[in-house]
Amino acid sequence: MTDPLGIARRESGVLRISLRTAAIMLAFTMVFTALMAGTYKLTAPMVAASALAEKLRLIGEVLPAGSYDNDLMTDAIGLPPQALLGQEDDTRLWRARKNGQPVALVFEAAARDGYSGRIGLIVAIDTGGRLLALRVTSHKETPGLGDYIDPKKDRNKTRPWITQFGKLGFDSVPRDKWRVKKDGGHFDQAAGATISARAVTNASGRALAWANENRDRLFALPANGRFEPQGGKP
Amino acid sequence: MSAYKDIAWNGIWKQNTILAQLLGLCPLLAVSTTFVNAVSLGLATIVVMMLANFAISALRALIPYEIRIPVFVLIIAALVTVVDLAFNAFLHDLYLVLGIFIPLIVTNCIVLARVEAFAAKNGLRAATVDGLMMGVGFVWVIGLLGAVREFIGQGTIFSGVEMIFPTLSGIQVLPADYPGFLIAILPPGAFFVLGLLIAGRNWIEARANQRMLEKRLHEHPPTASAAGA
Repeated sequence: MTDPLGIARRESGVLRISLRTAAIMLAFTMVFTALMAGTYKLTAPMVAASALAEKLRLIGEVLPAGSYDNDLMTDAIGLPPQALLGQEDDTRLWRARKNGQPVALVFEAAARDGYSGRIGLIVAIDTGGRLLALRVTSHKETPGLGDYIDPKKDRNKTRPWITQFGKLGFDSVPRDKWRVKKDGGHFDQAAGATISARAVTNASGRALAWANENRDRLFALPANGRFEPQGGKP
Repeated sequence: MSAYKDIAWNGIWKQNTILAQLLGLCPLLAVSTTFVNAVSLGLATIVVMMLANFAISALRALIPYEIRIPVFVLIIAALVTVVDLAFNAFLHDLYLVLGIFIPLIVTNCIVLARVEAFAAKNGLRAATVDGLMMGVGFVWVIGLLGAVREFIGQGTIFSGVEMIFPTLSGIQVLPADYPGFLIAILPPGAFFVLGLLIAGRNWIEARANQRMLEKRLHEHPPTASAAGA
């Protein structure tokens, strides 16, 4: 008893409404994607400048300002992920020199075995194979428990835990003693939060070993070059 | 004017997003480890809620009913991205502290809930005030939760405030050799403290209801026939 014309009219109405709704959705998507893209474009230079300033600040924490006289930002090389350093992506390695003579290498490393995953580190290692300083750049360790690896969170303000690595190398702490005390090594850890300290300690030991092994080649590379572990001399 | 008073009362107490509606627990439980963290997330949430309520109230005539939820999600996500980028560019120091929390706001269903329940049906000013007041309700509860957890967990209050105001520093309330009470810092502690806060709210509400009932009974004592009914 239905009217075929009526069905057809209703179907075309449904189609029209669907198309209209889809078009509205599309319009909203385009407008708001444009809003995001525009904001991104507008803020990108400022965001990049802040990121650079943040990097310089971090480098300043591990490398005293007067100890070098070259422009670190231009005397840098690209570093593909190194097994010993634990990074996932390409990073930069900065070479500090004074009067043209090599002073120290500054680079990022990571410990992947923190209590809550990755702990990002930045280290400065001098030509004598000593770790000038070590800082945590990012971590997700338990607040109030494992986060003392970050000196800002360390309750010991006069001598934060992380400063015990300063000026040490394998000449003063042998490679097999470069561990936390709980593992029979040299470095302190907080009771109840060994995992965070162990991760940072072991990662710093690996970074030191890596720097000692590759130092000469790293300093010899041209500025803005790229370190290729396999391509170089043995 | 009393409409705005209602909005404020709803946001801060009666329909409080956490204590009454139990919404947005994911960021709430994750971030309330210290007072400063908690309030930082809360303030960023206020900004996003006001913007989202304003934008959707302004656009509500253009949004077809059938696709309102995807459009709301789109608008909220876009606004959070814009706020995130703007903070990063213009307020970089604050961004270093709040930055990790801002993307978390997308996961906070309070924003979507207020947009759907209020902003889509009300005018610009009422919607913006609602966003503000719901945000204020969120801030005071998450701040209290953070303060209690921080105090029990590590014996301090306001720790980390130097990240926002470098001249200030946290206060060690309990003795410095307080060993800490780890469970308060870990997620289960958040549930315990939140449970106590909700119980406290229910107790206050129940007492208020009881008083109102007694007052009404006093004013209109039940007649014999009514009592028998």
